[in-house]
Amino acid sequence: MNREQGAHAARLTFLLILAAALAGPSAWADLPQQTPSIFAPASTPAYSIFGLSIFALAITGGIFVVVGGLMAYAVIRYRERANDDTSEPPQIYGSTQVELAWTVIPILIVVVLFLTTARIIFAIQDAPQPKDALDVTVIGHQFWWEFRYPKLGIVTANELHVPVSTPGDPQPTFLHLLSADVDHSFWVPQLAGKTDLIPNHPNETWIEPTHTGLYYGQCAQFCGVEHAKMLLRVYVDSPAEFAAWVKDQQQAAVNDPQVTAGREVFETHACANCHAIKGTGAVGTFGPDLTHLASRATIAAGAANNTPQDLYAWIRDPDAFKPGCLMPAMQLSDSDIHELVAYLETLH
Amino acid sequence: MADQSIPIGGSLDITPQEREPLLDRLHEWVVTVDHKRLGILYVLYALCFMLIAGAEALSMRIQLAVPNNHFLPPEIYDQFFTMHGTTMVFLVGMPILFGIANYVVPLQIGARDMAFPRLNAFSFWLTAFGGVLLYWSYIGGFGLYGMGNAPDVGWFAYAPLTTRPFSIGSSMDYWALALIVSGFGTLGTAINIIATTLSMRCRGMTLLRMPLFVWLMLVVSALTLITITPLTAAQVMLLLDRYLGAHFFDVQAGGSALLWIHFFWIFGHPEVYVLVLPVFGIASEIIPVFSRKAIFGYPAMVAASVGIAFVSLGVWAHHMFTVGMSSVSNTFFVLSTMLVGIPTGIKIFNWLATIWGGKVRFQTPMLFCIAFLFQFLIAGLTGIMLSVAPWDWQLHNSYFVIAHFHYVLVGAIVFNIFAAIYYWFPKVTGKMLSETLGKWHFWLFLIGFHLTFDTMHFVGILGMPRSIYTYEANRGWGTLNFIISVGAFIQGIAVLIFVWNVIRSLRKGKEAGNDPWDAWTLEWATPSPPPAYNFASDPVVHSRRPLWDIKHPDDPDWKYES
Amino acid sequence: MSAIPVSPGAEDWELPSRGKVAMLSLLTGETAIFTIFVVGYIFYLGRDISGPTPRQVLDIPVFNTICLLSSSVTIWLSERQIERGRIKAFAALWALTLALGIEFLIGTWLEWKKLIFVDGLTIRTNLFGTTFYSLVGLHATHVVIGAIGLTLILIFTLTGHINESHTERIQVFALYWHFVDAVWVVVFTVVYIVGR
Repeated sequence: MNREQGAHAARLTFLLILAAALAGPSAWADLPQQTPSIFAPASTPAYSIFGLSIFALAITGGIFVVVGGLMAYAVIRYRERANDDTSEPPQIYGSTQVELAWTVIPILIVVVLFLTTARIIFAIQDAPQPKDALDVTVIGHQFWWEFRYPKLGIVTANELHVPVSTPGDPQPTFLHLLSADVDHSFWVPQLAGKTDLIPNHPNETWIEPTHTGLYYGQCAQFCGVEHAKMLLRVYVDSPAEFAAWVKDQQQAAVNDPQVTAGREVFETHACANCHAIKGTGAVGTFGPDLTHLASRATIAAGAANNTPQDLYAWIRDPDAFKPGCLMPAMQLSDSDIHELVAYLETLH
Repeated sequence: MADQSIPIGGSLDITPQEREPLLDRLHEWVVTVDHKRLGILYVLYALCFMLIAGAEALSMRIQLAVPNNHFLPPEIYDQFFTMHGTTMVFLVGMPILFGIANYVVPLQIGARDMAFPRLNAFSFWLTAFGGVLLYWSYIGGFGLYGMGNAPDVGWFAYAPLTTRPFSIGSSMDYWALALIVSGFGTLGTAINIIATTLSMRCRGMTLLRMPLFVWLMLVVSALTLITITPLTAAQVMLLLDRYLGAHFFDVQAGGSALLWIHFFWIFGHPEVYVLVLPVFGIASEIIPVFSRKAIFGYPAMVAASVGIAFVSLGVWAHHMFTVGMSSVSNTFFVLSTMLVGIPTGIKIFNWLATIWGGKVRFQTPMLFCIAFLFQFLIAGLTGIMLSVAPWDWQLHNSYFVIAHFHYVLVGAIVFNIFAAIYYWFPKVTGKMLSETLGKWHFWLFLIGFHLTFDTMHFVGILGMPRSIYTYEANRGWGTLNFIISVGAFIQGIAVLIFVWNVIRSLRKGKEAGNDPWDAWTLEWATPSPPPAYNFASDPVVHSRRPLWDIKHPDDPDWKYES
Repeated sequence: MSAIPVSPGAEDWELPSRGKVAMLSLLTGETAIFTIFVVGYIFYLGRDISGPTPRQVLDIPVFNTICLLSSSVTIWLSERQIERGRIKAFAALWALTLALGIEFLIGTWLEWKKLIFVDGLTIRTNLFGTTFYSLVGLHATHVVIGAIGLTLILIFTLTGHINESHTERIQVFALYWHFVDAVWVVVFTVVYIVGR
């Protein structure tokens, strides 16, 4: 399943050319981790697509050079010159042979490109799911992602953790894509192509990341006013890290007696209607599960950092970060919010 | 350049009467059924909306020029990209092309008017009403806090985002009703053009002697009949959902979000060809005249046009490679989409062969056409890239797609519309547009276009999705977006130069005469501007280039055409 | 208006009638609209999550169908009459066509009345209701428009404004009526045979 080596070389070459030719230095400064380029694949399906795209780029690039060159030549060579007489050039109405030739050649190109494409479609789309592959159910909500690991009993949001796959220990992750409201699209460019989340139409996709690290993605189908801030992070963990993360997430929420006041604020206000915290009375499912909120780096689907300051500002007025998002400002007093934040910060 | 006046039929010498009061002249324009006046109204109407939609685009580019910008609030940004797309497709692209056709087609086939002049006027006013209705949503739609609100769900308006629970207020109703109304207008014009080309041709104008622009408009009109109507049907379903509680797209009751996507693209894909085929016709008129050669491979050009229209009906799901179709369906649509490349290639090669061996004159219309050739080549090749389904899983809904279709819509269509305006403006007004300003317009527009849309391909490859009102600073998209925005403003300046050129040339332009380009089709045989009756007596033609035959009696075309 | 008048000396320059071309174009567009609604109907067949189902509530409208289809024959016969200038026979057959069309509308009205008030099926009941009323309703709308056209022409005929020279216009209108009948064959097959 792993065609990393060849693709890696091609990728480096291509990126060098592209970077030198096209982009300003700042656009590429933090490429390895930050720019979710489709030409920096790090997962099996993304490698296949990358290989195919280089092939298609070579064919189309070749056509461009030949046809574009002919056009440029014709326009320059056959321009009207100052010393031309006023006579009209010879009138040519057509030529069956020539026209036949430039019909047949494109047909041949189409056949080659089509067959190559078809092979990759079947290889990626119809890849069988190995028995021990990790299953994750991804549910798109207006402006955030819900991740459920049915076999592991984990529910989390916006930050997906998956194990790294190595040749000795292949670890693909199969994603089952559902929507709770409108159309969304799951896209982490370095890991796989996008697949839509459509209500009443379950979809599937898979990734098999070959390098640990953090990969950015975001919703790629317009889903409403805060579509731009429906961000997505995938953490590819080493086997040990992943096992530790799973163990951690399977725990009920931390119950720190020092922050009981904040917990009471949470349970007695409307927070509990939408959010769940395992081990408390809060079982809402309309918003993200907060059982292990403090283990996440961001809040509000990546719109803000998970710091006490941002959390405070977010609870006080969600519209300040995501105008139009579905979480209402709860009109809590300042001290209530501070206690609430203190409580949420303990939920590791 | 020879400025010959060809006496096909000649013209009646009617000395203009003294000018009527302004109100009477306005009234005449409102009640006119003259295809030429309606054509002008269409074009002016479309140009107004082009300025509006262009301003929306520029606002969006300010918002995206730097990361985390706060120039536009998200809901306004969403309205702008929805209105920009809807406006450019329905209120600019189709009206301007049908307007040019309205003016040119009857002249080119030697007819006195369209087949149904009253229907023609009715269609125009329906279209115009549709446009006003759409923009009335800014005032009349009730949004939150009592503000008006415009449609904000993308021009593709995917359900269920458009259903009542997710689109409260009346913005979607304005969207659907406005497009249904203007759709009926378009349908009327399409019927009219078909009837005109089939039933109003002058003597000798057999189907295979019609100018290619007329041919393309015939094909486009036929395509329009079966393209606009599915959208109308789907919008009626949407309105039934919204007003009568039907469940077509109500996912709670088992309705299907996917069905809308299918219906929309069954309309949406051929719609691209409805827009692009007329400009193939325009290029096929202008390139021969400015290369001083007959079009190469006329029958193949006709066949390729019909072929493109036909294949375009079977490729819609290439907009849907990411919705989770079976691998077999995906493969089918890959093949059908790639097949479009073959007739399209034939067209490009025929234009190339027309230039080959000619004497190319670099006047403004031809400059726009040459740029079109290169840009359309690139647009076609990025289209091939997008047809590679696995690659499309990456590129779909990214800025690469935005770049690709703007290469078609601007690089091919808008460039050719400008070419058409520079080419036919002398016929319509009797005045030449300024060549100096025209060249400024061309070069600035060309530079702006490439800064904007070449760069967009690369932010797409770097993973930037469409329809987002802002982006994080650490994604590496900032510099490129800034370049895109700069290019957009250069294009804006170029369009303003164009507008100035039109206004200035109307008053001070050089007199055009009947035939300023030394061209070969019938419209150049009448005075500029043509009289209301077009031709003093019905013309008779013997070949595809009647004026060539008259200018070169020793070497007429009909000797060579089968 | 069988041909566009041209200058002298071009007797053999015949072009198709613009009326017929335009009507055929319009009907092509109409076909696309009906296709979308038919596709919607078939797509949602059997996907309901609540009743009633077509089999439970739909009766096959045999009499209605016979009436509508025979109206295509009567209008065809009336076209033949006006060609020959027999205005009275034309008017009689035309009136018969109109009567058959109105019978169809009454039949549809009775069917809907039963469905709504007896079976409780409305457009918002379920997917079947949604697709049934919109498809059959779209067709019925076309019959209504056709009936209005038939009535107007009948009034013109009875007031003596129609003569042989209007043959082509009558034929153009008849094309529309034939189309409405042909669509009914499709709707009937899809809704009452396949869908039931």
